[in-house]
Amino acid sequence: MNKTVVKIVMVAVLMFGFSFALVPLYNIFCEITGLNGKTSGQVAKEVLASQVVDENRNVTVQFDASVNSELNWEFRPLEFEMQVVPGKLYKTEFYAKNLSDNDITGRATYSVTPRKASLYFNKTECFCFTEQTLKAHEEVIMPVSFIIDSKLAKEVNLMTLSYTFYKFESK
Amino acid sequence: MSHATTMDHEHDHDHKPKGFVKRWLMTTNHKDIGTLYLIFALAMFILGGALAMIIRLELFQPGLQFVNPDFFNQLTTMHALIMVFGAVMPAFVGFANWMIPIMIGAPDMALPRMNNWSFWILPFAFTMLISTFFMESGAPAAGWTLYPPLVLQGGDNIAFAVFAIHMLGISSIMGAINVIATIMNMRAPNMGYLKMPLFVWTWLITAFLLIAVMPVFAGAVTMLLTDAYFGTTFFNAAGGGDPVLFQHVFWFFGHPEVYIMILPSFGIISEIIPTFARKPLFGYVSMVYASAAIAFLSFIVWAHHMFSVGMPLGGELYFMYATMLISIPTGVKVFNWVSTMWKGAMTFETPMLWALAFVILFTIGGFSGLMMALAPVDFQYHDTYFIVAHFHYVLVTGAVFAIIAGVYYWIPKWTGNMYSERLGKIHFWWSAISVNVLFFPQHFLGLAGMPRRIPDYSTQFAEFNMMSSIGGFAFGLAQVFFIYIVYRTIKGKGTTKATDRVWEGAKGLEWFIPSPAPHHTFQDGEPVKDEHLAHVSNH
Repeated sequence: MNKTVVKIVMVAVLMFGFSFALVPLYNIFCEITGLNGKTSGQVAKEVLASQVVDENRNVTVQFDASVNSELNWEFRPLEFEMQVVPGKLYKTEFYAKNLSDNDITGRATYSVTPRKASLYFNKTECFCFTEQTLKAHEEVIMPVSFIIDSKLAKEVNLMTLSYTFYKFESK
Repeated sequence: MSHATTMDHEHDHDHKPKGFVKRWLMTTNHKDIGTLYLIFALAMFILGGALAMIIRLELFQPGLQFVNPDFFNQLTTMHALIMVFGAVMPAFVGFANWMIPIMIGAPDMALPRMNNWSFWILPFAFTMLISTFFMESGAPAAGWTLYPPLVLQGGDNIAFAVFAIHMLGISSIMGAINVIATIMNMRAPNMGYLKMPLFVWTWLITAFLLIAVMPVFAGAVTMLLTDAYFGTTFFNAAGGGDPVLFQHVFWFFGHPEVYIMILPSFGIISEIIPTFARKPLFGYVSMVYASAAIAFLSFIVWAHHMFSVGMPLGGELYFMYATMLISIPTGVKVFNWVSTMWKGAMTFETPMLWALAFVILFTIGGFSGLMMALAPVDFQYHDTYFIVAHFHYVLVTGAVFAIIAGVYYWIPKWTGNMYSERLGKIHFWWSAISVNVLFFPQHFLGLAGMPRRIPDYSTQFAEFNMMSSIGGFAFGLAQVFFIYIVYRTIKGKGTTKATDRVWEGAKGLEWFIPSPAPHHTFQDGEPVKDEHLAHVSNH
């Protein structure tokens, strides 16, 4: 009987641990499938080396920027959309300004839609997940470089890169 | 056996502890703990029902009459939490405590002290949870699913709700450990696994579900707690987390949870129908396998609660087909119940009436579930009164009807008194009619697009809502009448003494001990006799 009880208790403890293990598992799942707009983690050189550039193919990339309500910043892309050829390196810029009288640190998250395109979106330079401190009324231009993988499915001719800035609070 | 029962009779009164504190607070007796669980569940059923009455009162007419929208959301959230964790689950644990040891010829539960603890945690957990009503923040108001980020706006109630859920989880896990240990180790000699009554089988499977998913729920709410107070960002997009992750973790618990609430009902119904059809249960072994299949499938279908949240097409197809697969083992069960009744010498005493209503109405709930399993149409039904109608058909006319059926079926054994058949039948017809007036129109409301969890609605929904509210008040009143019937039966007012067998067609060990069941049974460890059992399988 004690053996049975010990075994069952161990299952319960393991399942409690499993609930926390679901957090990294979910992230890995999203990275593999591109769920939630997670983009590919590949580096520029590797991507560029494997590209087959078709100059006749055009993809529209739209840029979207939003700010969480708790962050008193202005944040917008400097160009709203871009015609790009898959396989080539492009650069665009975002503009941010601290509208308040205090220094504030923000942090951006991003996603790419449609989901099946997100894995083919490679950012080589980006301000995502880095803490960005703007002094009172300071302005900044933030560059993003990217390559759309030429293996992107033929039917995709429009994709959106969306950024959201949140207030970063070190807790 | 007759030798054993006379011995039990002689010692019966000597072993009952004297005094209220020793008898109830410090009890380790499975029958007393079962009684405590059932009384607690009844109290919570009335409290949860009272909250539902306020909800139906507010929805009686369009516009805001009695409560403000925030309090309305607190009502829907607390109604669900109290009914799920306070009424239905403890009621089934009460049945398990009372009946499992008797049904398998065990003297008590395997771990009697832990049994006492797992019950007495519950009143404290619910005191904590219900106390949030009196706080400045109010009670949790984000729905029983506690989705972030909304639930994290709850202020002080987050900590209270999370710790209450932790305690409920500990209680459930301890109860489940006890059930598994009892069934695996305490069966009397000659009580093989495939001789066990189906109620014991379904509870064994339920206990494994509890062990597997309650810790996951505890983990999910712990992450909510640390997100709220310790600066983690599991579900906060600003810190790289994802609120949708909570929904996945929650429903990984939540879907097996709905089977935790229905599998013991299947067990109770599978005991009652053969008794009143005077035929052995049709397809006993297939019933066991069907229960196990349902339990397994319940782990791999969770995202059908989240079709409209967004997932890849492949995911929607997979979860859609996997969900529809559950209707196969469930269908096996329904057909087996019907086949049990086929050409049986049926009589319609109160427990049988409730069981028949269960079979019909639960199946209706199952069919509306099947409709929502279809991902494309679920986009239309999601978050409407259609889903409210669906889960009330499976939980009220399913789980609650099975609990009431079980009470009528076994209360003569528990108390030694026959309940009043006349009052029982009045209670049944009153409830069966009013519950359909209450929930059936909600299907139409949902199909017409009325959203759930909103205190106000468009005027075109007025008639069906008024109808539903009238049904609700009638159904609520019927359950107050039920308390009166139970009270009369316990006190033996206007009742007759129950015989040991109680029901002419009853089989199983519980019917071969005296009524009321002596305080201690099956102390001698003698082998059970095959002729006392309902199922003597050759497997």
